[in-house]
Amino acid sequence: MKLGYYPGCALHGSSNDYEQSLRACLAALQVELAELEDWICCGATAAHSLNRKLSIALPARNLALAEAAGHTELLAPCPLCSMQLMNAARALADEETQREMSRVVEGEVNGTTRVLNLIQVFESVGLDRLKAAVKAPLESIQAACYYGCLLTRPPDTVQFDDFEQPHSMEAVLAAVGAKTVAWNYRTECCGAGMTMASEDTVVELSHRILENAAAHGASCIVTACPMCHVNLDMKQTEIRKRYGSPGPMPIYYLSDVVGLALGIAPEALGVDRHFVRVS
Amino acid sequence: MESLAHTRLADCYQCGKCTAGCPVSGQMDVPPNQLIRFLQLGQAGKALSAESIWQCVSCQTCTARCPKQVDCAASLDALRQVSLARGVTSPARERVVLFQRAFLDNIRRNGRLNEVELIAEFKQKAFLRDRNVSLLMADAGLAPKLITRRKFHLRGERVKDRDLIRNIFARCNGGAEK
Amino acid sequence: MSRIGVFICWCGENIARTVDCAKVAEEAAKIPGVRCAVDYKYMCSDPGQALVRDKIAAERLDAVVVASCSPHMHLRTFRKAAARAGVNPYRVEMANIREHCSWVHQDRGEATAKAIDLVRMMVAKVRHNKPLDAIRVPVTRRALVIGGGVAGIQAALDIADAGYEVVMVEREPSIGGKMAGLSETFPTLDCSQCILTPRMVDVGQHPRIKLYSYSEVEALDGFVGNFTVKIRQKARYVDISKCTGCGECWNVCPLKKNPSEFDYGMGFRRAIYVPFPQAVPARPVIDKNVCAKLIRNGCGLCEKKCQAGAINFKDEDRIVEEKIGAVVVATGYKLYDIGKNGNGKVHGYGEYGYGRYKDVIDSLQFERLVSASGPTNGVLKRPSDGAVPKHVVFISCVGSRDNAKGLPYCSKICCMYTAKHTMLYKHKVHEGQAHVFYMDIRAGGKGYEEFVRRAIEQDGAKYYRGRVSKITEENGKLIVRGADTLAGFPVTIEADMVVLAAAMMPADGVEELAQKLNVGYDQYGFLLESHPKLRPVETNAAGIFLCGACQGPKDIPESVAQASAAAGKVAITFAATELTREPEIARINEQTCAACFTCVRTCPYHAIDRAEIRNRRGELVKRTARVNPGLCMGCGTCLAVCPSKSADLDGFTEQQIYSMIESLA
Repeated sequence: MKLGYYPGCALHGSSNDYEQSLRACLAALQVELAELEDWICCGATAAHSLNRKLSIALPARNLALAEAAGHTELLAPCPLCSMQLMNAARALADEETQREMSRVVEGEVNGTTRVLNLIQVFESVGLDRLKAAVKAPLESIQAACYYGCLLTRPPDTVQFDDFEQPHSMEAVLAAVGAKTVAWNYRTECCGAGMTMASEDTVVELSHRILENAAAHGASCIVTACPMCHVNLDMKQTEIRKRYGSPGPMPIYYLSDVVGLALGIAPEALGVDRHFVRVS
Repeated sequence: MESLAHTRLADCYQCGKCTAGCPVSGQMDVPPNQLIRFLQLGQAGKALSAESIWQCVSCQTCTARCPKQVDCAASLDALRQVSLARGVTSPARERVVLFQRAFLDNIRRNGRLNEVELIAEFKQKAFLRDRNVSLLMADAGLAPKLITRRKFHLRGERVKDRDLIRNIFARCNGGAEK
Repeated sequence: MSRIGVFICWCGENIARTVDCAKVAEEAAKIPGVRCAVDYKYMCSDPGQALVRDKIAAERLDAVVVASCSPHMHLRTFRKAAARAGVNPYRVEMANIREHCSWVHQDRGEATAKAIDLVRMMVAKVRHNKPLDAIRVPVTRRALVIGGGVAGIQAALDIADAGYEVVMVEREPSIGGKMAGLSETFPTLDCSQCILTPRMVDVGQHPRIKLYSYSEVEALDGFVGNFTVKIRQKARYVDISKCTGCGECWNVCPLKKNPSEFDYGMGFRRAIYVPFPQAVPARPVIDKNVCAKLIRNGCGLCEKKCQAGAINFKDEDRIVEEKIGAVVVATGYKLYDIGKNGNGKVHGYGEYGYGRYKDVIDSLQFERLVSASGPTNGVLKRPSDGAVPKHVVFISCVGSRDNAKGLPYCSKICCMYTAKHTMLYKHKVHEGQAHVFYMDIRAGGKGYEEFVRRAIEQDGAKYYRGRVSKITEENGKLIVRGADTLAGFPVTIEADMVVLAAAMMPADGVEELAQKLNVGYDQYGFLLESHPKLRPVETNAAGIFLCGACQGPKDIPESVAQASAAAGKVAITFAATELTREPEIARINEQTCAACFTCVRTCPYHAIDRAEIRNRRGELVKRTARVNPGLCMGCGTCLAVCPSKSADLDGFTEQQIYSMIESLA
């Protein structure tokens, strides 16, 4: 399988461990990633907060690149990027917007590329195939699957899974032999893009999530979002300083867990580069 | 406001489900349902200068759960844009604006985010505004750890076609600032 | 040559303001065949009608055109007036110069010219109107009542008490419906079963009511006064004519842990069971999906124990036919499916955890929890661990008024029963606290507002104006995250139990039933009344009436009132020895009919049959379509589809239509 690939800034910045992880993991599953040539930032929260037109135009440029490269499917592992891309694609369905955006980004763009998140790539590979490829079933972990906001929301835009009671990540983990816990903060927000601008908010929201996962017996949290990973992993010391709890909670990318089950070495996945070290 | 948010504010019947599910509504001066209410009443001013429009974390819970399918999160996006355009943004939340402006500036220059540059620029601007040393130094301890984990690109990435990026920004700013 | 009178009405100012009525009269008088044309201020008034009658006598008129309002408004009025003066009522026509002319035009000259054209067309039409006689059909004075809840019970008893026979069909093993499972009823807090069960017994014992329980309507044929209903009696595996209801059978049944439908899954029943002690008929039924004998030929203890020999494991569904003259549909409601997600019309509330958290229940389950006959014998214990809940959250509008979940309408009764629930709870758990999340309180009704205020002021229920966004469970507590929009902040309550006031929806299968009965229904499946104000219990199918929640969300008093109204309509239908119907119906020229039967397939009222013409020796001459005058509604669809031009409509013949068009040339 060959997919267009839009890493987004985070995966080429402080979340480059996520890129390392998913590249190693998908390579083992014979998923080939064709990175978009000269892709640009999706604009993220700043764009949709400050300038609606820009928040359509920036992802539209990337969609134009994907279309020009002939990709029918595009992996955007960061849910904020994929939401921005899908939102732009939806806006492009309007003919006038489509014409205007083609002019703004200096290239024909129609928004016809299907944008995939990481879970959907595993689903395309096939959970049965995934199961068959497992070399080291992860029976010892009790994972709390954490979807965060934008994998499933806004539902009209992303149209993925049940936004109140999602189950797709648990299904992937079940396929690789990992146990998952039932907990309550699977779709609550960690504070996302406010990491720098309003750290208090992030610390408070992320604390609730860590606390709830721990209370429900999780031995780790699994996420498919670079921002969630930053907030939950990097801020744990700060959180513990303020609230005194919970104890260290390893935060894995979904591709870490799948990769480990496929027998890939933790260092090859970049797991050693997380803040909360895993014994 | 409605056209900017692509939603119909008259549909809102003020059930408060947005406020009920909002992860930060407990700290807000004006909760989401009241922001919409001010818009319904034609008193946008009170909403535009509210702190809460900058406390929003854009988690989309309000939009996802709205029984009347009002796009509340997009309405807050619209409020932020008009608030800036009219210069009525709450001074208490300028930090957020500073950060987001610095973020977009960074993209305009590089095409991709240069985190080190962004942090430096944001911290500098924020410090010049509020002279808050502890905020300036917050997270400073993280930097060495990020470097040992090879999580920083000190030089950052830049796209090749930077003229295009500047053009895109120019074309979009004409529309948004009016 | 016809002798036609034309009567032009001013309708006060309504027509005269825009149309020059005198001019219309002047022009009408010139049309060939018109003997006289007059205008008058109010033609429908007593003097106006007298004018029509006088002119008929004086000018010896044989046809009349009234140019005034819509025929919907006054055609019947003028036909009656003309009939009294000796003109066949079907030789009276109306030209609509109000809705079709004066109300929609401004220019007086043009409006007047159009009014003249409209009159000219009607004169052309009425010239070819054949005198017709109303159709008379006999009446079977026996009613079918579908559904044995409180509405069906009331309708059946009223019809039976009026002296007519009733056939009642109930698909559950017992009548009683939802009301039989309720605890106490608002706004008086009288015991639901105490007021309902005597009425159920009355139905069971009434000499003129024939009860088919555990049965469903399979098909309905015929027309008003002359229906035949096919009823499917589902295999009960108990011969209720032999059974004495002694209870030996269910006492020996070893399969005890089947969720009870009557207790909404919160209590248990055996495989052979009566749904509740006061059931009518008080006869058991065997659940074929769990009975060991029926599944794998095991057990059979009940059969051995039954001294009456009433158990019959070989029982099968039976179809019976009954002749009836009118139908009352009273199929009631069900609750919105809260736990459901995705697919279909409703989306469920994943955020409320119904179905995952045992202590999140719906309003009918709560009724059973506080009911003396319920699974806890009326002691309020929460389902998960039997603890007495100290904080209970009640949430209104779950499914109702929620476009995102599929139902924009208000379910009307939830505000009232939620107030009642808080009271019943407080009366049972004195130290407990009831919390209610609501959007608006809708308490229109006698004593209703006072009742809600009592719940708040005397019984201390805390009301919060806002919806709940999410419910989670932490350490045995349900964390309810809502908002108080009056105070303007989010509210979190740690509750021991949550009760969801789920929306009212039409009962399962109502759309299929509506199709069998040829009755309309709305997008949610509620059956359609003929007119929302003036014909609230009639349907568009003659002889079929509605009552109760199958027509829309309703409380008990309204359902009962509507049931009596429907019974009254049935009694009116049965008061005549024969029924008359409008004779403007389709007719098939059986000589030219090519027997393609396109009309049979397209007739929306199933009013055209396949017929055979035979000679005296009984040999087939030809096949033809034939209109059933009892069913035909005169819609004209058959005319449009008939390839051999063999269908025509009395009162609207093609000849008439063409001459109307030609009159304009």
